Amino acid sequence: MSTTTIEVPRPASAEPAPSAAGVGRVTLPNVARSEWIKFRTLRSSWVTLGSAVLAMVAIGLVIGYNVGKNYTGLAPEDVAPSGILQGYFLAQLLIGVLGVLFVSGEYGTGMIRSTLAAVPRRVPVLVAKSVVFGSIALVTMVASTFAAYFGGQLFLSSYGHGGSLSDPGALRAVIGTGVYLALIGLLGGALGWIIRSTAGGISTLVGILLVVPVVFQLLPGAWAADVLKYLPSEAGGAFVTSVSLPGTLAPWTGLGVLVAWVAAAMLAAAVLLRRRDA
Amino acid sequence: MIEAVGLTKRYGDKTAVDDLTFTVTPGVVTGFLGPNGAGKSTTMRMIIGLDAPTSGTVLVNGRRYDEHAAPLHEVGALLEARAIHTSRTAENHLRAMAAATGIKQRRVDEVIDLVGLRDVAGKRAGAFSLGMGQRLGIASALLGDPATVMLDEPINGLDPEGILWVRHLLKELAAEGRTVFVSSHLMSEMALTADHLIVVGRGRLIRDVSTEDFIASASANSVRVRSPQAEQLRALLLGPGVTIASEHAGELDVTGLSSDQIGSRAATAGLTLYELSPLQASLEEAFMELTKDSVEYRSHVSDNEFLTRKVAA
Repeated sequence: MSTTTIEVPRPASAEPAPSAAGVGRVTLPNVARSEWIKFRTLRSSWVTLGSAVLAMVAIGLVIGYNVGKNYTGLAPEDVAPSGILQGYFLAQLLIGVLGVLFVSGEYGTGMIRSTLAAVPRRVPVLVAKSVVFGSIALVTMVASTFAAYFGGQLFLSSYGHGGSLSDPGALRAVIGTGVYLALIGLLGGALGWIIRSTAGGISTLVGILLVVPVVFQLLPGAWAADVLKYLPSEAGGAFVTSVSLPGTLAPWTGLGVLVAWVAAAMLAAAVLLRRRDA
Repeated sequence: MIEAVGLTKRYGDKTAVDDLTFTVTPGVVTGFLGPNGAGKSTTMRMIIGLDAPTSGTVLVNGRRYDEHAAPLHEVGALLEARAIHTSRTAENHLRAMAAATGIKQRRVDEVIDLVGLRDVAGKRAGAFSLGMGQRLGIASALLGDPATVMLDEPINGLDPEGILWVRHLLKELAAEGRTVFVSSHLMSEMALTADHLIVVGRGRLIRDVSTEDFIASASANSVRVRSPQAEQLRALLLGPGVTIASEHAGELDVTGLSSDQIGSRAATAGLTLYELSPLQASLEEAFMELTKDSVEYRSHVSDNEFLTRKVAA
């Protein structure tokens, strides 16, 4: 009990046995510890995270084999270092879904009420969840992009087309794809906070990543192409590729735009979290 | 200590909680009584900051709930709807809750034993029966060894042994000097458990009264009298300590006189009686009567107005 509370009279005769509750406080590290326990004690966390890793690595191996075998005549973006990392198209959906689930699962089950009763200022929960999930996603996704790259290289080099991380754009593509995936995971988390339902959050994520870009590709006019390159998936795509394609942003500009999207979504999530009834 | 002042919550044009003012004091069990939909859960959610009041304030242990450095040490709450991730085990749920406030594993073990969930602590909370879920919710509420314990319908889904356990637990917590605030729609249960009652209906405060007084007023004998000369009889019987209500013409409900006294006085005055029958309202009837009124008369009725209106009727 904090020292500032009103003293509650406790008759000596009814004094409870010394409790182990101790004198705790809600601090950001404590809330982060709580979120880490929440993450690791759900099997679905590991299944989804494992699927994302598997998608990244397995597709990297398959691409490495195919590209190595049919090297001549392939498009430059396929033979580029980032070619092996195309598994991120699938992995982004899995890590994004995990981001949504980590938040929406609490709303779906009612757990959010316990969470917010423990941390009634609320925003620390959003920060802690983002830090914990962002770290897990960053570590595992960067590890899997490296695994995908080196795994793919095994096939490529066996066909005599091996490359190295010192090739132009290679290191940025490998680390960048991991960073991109972690950011998409955080975007999913923000959507979870904003939409508060698993189905709604996942649909919106898929819409943003896969549907909206297609719509802008189909729309006629230069303005559509201008908008297109600033969408999260396209801006991120410019960052993770080692070949520069026409009509896309410069890599680091792309990263900046994607980070801005994620930051804006998180800010909206925080504002709504503070305002809405739980 | 819980202090609500003018607490109001509106959802669109529906008012769930309407200008509630009450104080829940430490050392006793305070029952929060009202029919379903009376605004009990909404009030409790506002106390711990899950819902923001439309107007009014509520303080716990002297401050707004979210202004405490360690809220779980201040108020432990069991909410009506389940507030547990169904795929997590009971123990891991408690661990995660405890961690946010820096409460140690030893306390988690303590509350698991306290509520008797040791054998199922490693099972998914989603597989729990309603009663086990309630026990887990109570364990969660007690994690921070809070000065105020607030339980929303804690006996829902409990078997008789569980009900008895909750009853003892609540009394024990109050005896330790804690503030204990427990909601129920069952008057009979509250009569056994609570020392004080806050009765609400349609979001409004109906009574704020000690259980003893409530029972005394509820079980006060009244006598049903039917007479073709009811108005003369009323004038005859009225006096200090006598209240008379009348719901139908020619019918009086008299409190404060025995049927013998009424019969003798009527005979002396030469008035005809068709019926003279002692009535005793049960607690449930008294409660239903109270909350029925809050539905029928859509205006705020204070404790005293309620009594006088019945007399005047």
